[in-house]
Amino acid sequence: MNIDVAFLSTWALPLVFLGPLIAAVITFVLGASAVSRLIGLLVPLGVFAVSIALVIATMDGQVVVSQIAGWPGGVAIAFVGDLFSALMLGVSSLLVFTSMVFSYAAGLGIDRWFVPAVLVMTGGVYGAYVTADLFNLFVMVEVALLPSYILMSRRGTLTALRAARLYLIVNLTASTLFLAGLGAVYGVTGTVNMAALAGLGVLPVVGVATGVVVIALSLKAALVPTHSWLPATYPYTSPAVTALFSGLLTKIGVYALVRIISLVYEPGQLVTVIVVIACVASMVIGVLGALGEGTIRGVLTFHMISQVGYILVGVVLAGAVGLAAVVFYLIHHTIVKTSLFLTGGTVEHEEGTGIIKRLGGLARAHPVASLAFLLAALSLTGIPPFSGFWAKLGVLNAAADAGSVLVFAAALIVSVGTLGSMLKLGSGVFWGTPKGMREEEDEETPSDVTVGPETVGATGVAIDVATAVEAPPVTRWRPLLVIPGLALALISLGIGLYPEWLLALSDTAGQSLSEPTAYVTAVLGGGS
Amino acid sequence: MTLAIAVGFLAAVGTWLVVRGGAVRLILGFILLGHAANLIIISAGGAFRREAPLVDGQLLAENAADPLPQAFVLTAIVITFGVTVYLLSLVARTAKQSTKVEDESIGRIEGQAEEEGRSS
Repeated sequence: MNIDVAFLSTWALPLVFLGPLIAAVITFVLGASAVSRLIGLLVPLGVFAVSIALVIATMDGQVVVSQIAGWPGGVAIAFVGDLFSALMLGVSSLLVFTSMVFSYAAGLGIDRWFVPAVLVMTGGVYGAYVTADLFNLFVMVEVALLPSYILMSRRGTLTALRAARLYLIVNLTASTLFLAGLGAVYGVTGTVNMAALAGLGVLPVVGVATGVVVIALSLKAALVPTHSWLPATYPYTSPAVTALFSGLLTKIGVYALVRIISLVYEPGQLVTVIVVIACVASMVIGVLGALGEGTIRGVLTFHMISQVGYILVGVVLAGAVGLAAVVFYLIHHTIVKTSLFLTGGTVEHEEGTGIIKRLGGLARAHPVASLAFLLAALSLTGIPPFSGFWAKLGVLNAAADAGSVLVFAAALIVSVGTLGSMLKLGSGVFWGTPKGMREEEDEETPSDVTVGPETVGATGVAIDVATAVEAPPVTRWRPLLVIPGLALALISLGIGLYPEWLLALSDTAGQSLSEPTAYVTAVLGGGS
Repeated sequence: MTLAIAVGFLAAVGTWLVVRGGAVRLILGFILLGHAANLIIISAGGAFRREAPLVDGQLLAENAADPLPQAFVLTAIVITFGVTVYLLSLVARTAKQSTKVEDESIGRIEGQAEEEGRSS
């Protein structure tokens, strides 16, 4: 197909980062108006279009490079679009779009900070996907995090503020560590260009210096043993914001880990063993934690930890096969997890609580949302006609290829745990005894609970409180809350039914990740 | 050597302050840790290289200071500054709210609801 590569490299790649930032300034000036909300929807669509063009341009293993300011390769900060970046851009912008629709329906669009903050955050995330410079990656991550601190605390409730404080402290720790690691990498290699670092991990000093960066990133990705901050923070902000965070922020950590580990280290190094152990521990601990949680988002957040283990284990298993599994799993996971968070968020918004004990039997009154949950839950578990099946198959395949009994067994057994906690959510929230049949009634009518003295940003909360008080449980849920989650669940089903194209794409992406010669020559060589 | 000792001292005191708990100590601790990280980056450029890299348009290769770590550190300082200010405001706000809100038993109700949900 005719994709103008020169256009992509000179305009599209830098715009993926700059566009959302410019749009953020515009929407901030415009305030909370319909125009800024529209811009908030158009920007992810634009990025999605760019990502499709990038996928088409890179699906044969080609790499699109933009050397910023025209400096020669190796000196310039390069923005790179290879197939992995392109796919990540596509899936991220898709979920930003659906989460925006959900957020507007949930009433978050009234907050004048919401759209600009999301735009800046997504700009940082997209930037992190395309940059080929470690220090630039640090800056991009910070650009994504600063607005996330704002989004985290905008709910205004005390628990949300406390969670925001913890979240900020954890990320500050990770950033400081990242910075120290960067210093070490620069000290021993004299460069922070990722392409120039390729394969240098075999030298012990470089391996250790990069290891500091890897530890900092695994803290951001919430890989065990650095996971415990995640369930203590994510469930306490607004549901829509949790969905955005889960699909974007932890995924930067995961993306950067995949990129750096596959680029810098060689297979068979000590880091391989460490990553495998951390991933298996994540799978097991995440799923066990999920079984013990009592709120919808609590369960889902613990699942993220488990799934991060599934995603990353392929990085160090079986070379290209494992990396292909990583790419596929990452895409599948982002779609399905966001779908679950959005459907769970719908329940929270419409029923006024996310506590499983207080819910039940919602499927009778709300079949569509329950269907969306069912589809996404089955996909997450890895039942055949869904994308989750192919994702898990990829991981098992890679484990078998590498002859790793531990990973193979863990991946299978943890699936049972996933099924168990999804059953708990399903029977506790959507099927089973309806809420009215139970003794517990809303003895603590939350009419003024959430409207604290400084809840400027609590509009979403105010709305769901209003509906929870006025409406009996049989009211129809707002369709715009239900549709985003359903759409993503259907996409997962679609990928599951016709997986060939995505499998082929992730195979190519896995190939070029495991043998990054094209990436390295594109970044270091003259460029276009 | 001086740099190494300074980094070690800053990191040690910073860690100690962060681990001791308490909002103000925490923030001061992070400021010190940030300084430690910045000094690591500065030392990565080679502390012995101090001459100006360009004099009268001539490149002095010997002992010319590496400008890149300095640019890194400058960026990092700005970012840390912004985050620290936000953390300060957040701490001030949670501290103010926790007294005010608990009087009106608002925070308590919500806290209980969350706890109940977690333990079940």
